[in-house]
Amino acid sequence: MNSLRLVRYGLWGAVAIAAVLAILVAAGVFEGSDADPEAGDAPVNANVEFGTPFTLVTHTGEPITEAAFQETPTLVFFGFTYCPDVCPTALAEVSGWLAELGADAEDLEVYFVSVDPERDVPERLAEYLTAFDERIVGVTGNVEDVHAMLDGYHVYYERYEAENVGYLMDHASSFYLLDRSGDFAGTIAYNDSRDLALERIRSLIEG
Amino acid sequence: MTHSIRTAAAAATLACALAIPTFAQDGDMAMDMAEPIVAGDLVITQPWTRATPPAAVTGAGYLTITNNGDTDDWLLGFESDVAAVTEVHEMIMADDRMMMRPLEDGLVIPAGETVVLRPGGFHIMFIDLAAGIEEGASVHVTLVFAVAGEVTIDLEVYPIGSDGPAMDGGAMDGMDMDGMNMDGMGEEGGA
Repeated sequence: MNSLRLVRYGLWGAVAIAAVLAILVAAGVFEGSDADPEAGDAPVNANVEFGTPFTLVTHTGEPITEAAFQETPTLVFFGFTYCPDVCPTALAEVSGWLAELGADAEDLEVYFVSVDPERDVPERLAEYLTAFDERIVGVTGNVEDVHAMLDGYHVYYERYEAENVGYLMDHASSFYLLDRSGDFAGTIAYNDSRDLALERIRSLIEG
Repeated sequence: MTHSIRTAAAAATLACALAIPTFAQDGDMAMDMAEPIVAGDLVITQPWTRATPPAAVTGAGYLTITNNGDTDDWLLGFESDVAAVTEVHEMIMADDRMMMRPLEDGLVIPAGETVVLRPGGFHIMFIDLAAGIEEGASVHVTLVFAVAGEVTIDLEVYPIGSDGPAMDGGAMDGMDMDGMNMDGMGEEGGA
């Protein structure tokens, strides 16, 4: 009798564990578990193609293509110069990280891609970027080309019509980390601590 | 599913980020802060802004407003000689998406509560800057409240990207987090 009851409890226990596992799997808790656990939340689904060929222009007027995101570890931030808060904060932070990393960051490349190419012409980007680490490369181009690039890298941006500013841009607020193959390797989010950011960059560089 | 989880995670991260300053109250507060500005039932502390990069045409100002009265008040807008256009904004972070929205009806300062304008949340926004905002300077601003009327303050200019004076914990001194208006700081909103 007792042993039968034990078996029944055991079976129900197994059912309960299976149910919990099923829920976790459905919820995507184990999704991408083969990825670096240190990496940030992935805005990119592993099954979706990441990246696209592009030809844009840097803040110094040089052409830039997707090849720039290869060979070296890369940080990319997407923003615009009309942005009063997140963008200067992010650029000031990355300048601080670069200073902190020193020689360790020698082959790290940092890009600031404008989500507002209409207003962020290279000259404006160039002037804006003088306030930050000189290694940061501004990227802009004609509107369609920039939008195609942002779409290809699954970067969120949306124009919001605002009465007094003309318009504002909603945009992704994380740094993208790209490895030496130009593949997505995680993010550094707006709220991540300086220590976490440095840790992720170091692991990207060591990659 | 993943989307909602990510949103929940973002909300949790945000909640943690917001909660941290409450634990930073111990020890000495930086006492070099200017005296609080009192206007009717309102007390304004720690008005500050950030220097702007060259070519920037926008900037954001921050301050802490406590309403000691029995009636709500609203920050309707403000004027400043550094910018042709000024608006009271909220920044919304949802699912890694950053959105800024003007508060059309003003920012409510509920009776008995404290509202903090700070990076990542509410701010007063300067649009069409006449010139860049320089570190070390101060920016003259006249706030317009529905009840308290006009209040003129000076924003201290911190470096680009600075966390401002709040990071020393001073802004949170004696503040009741339950009474803080965090609307718009964590919710999913907009597009």
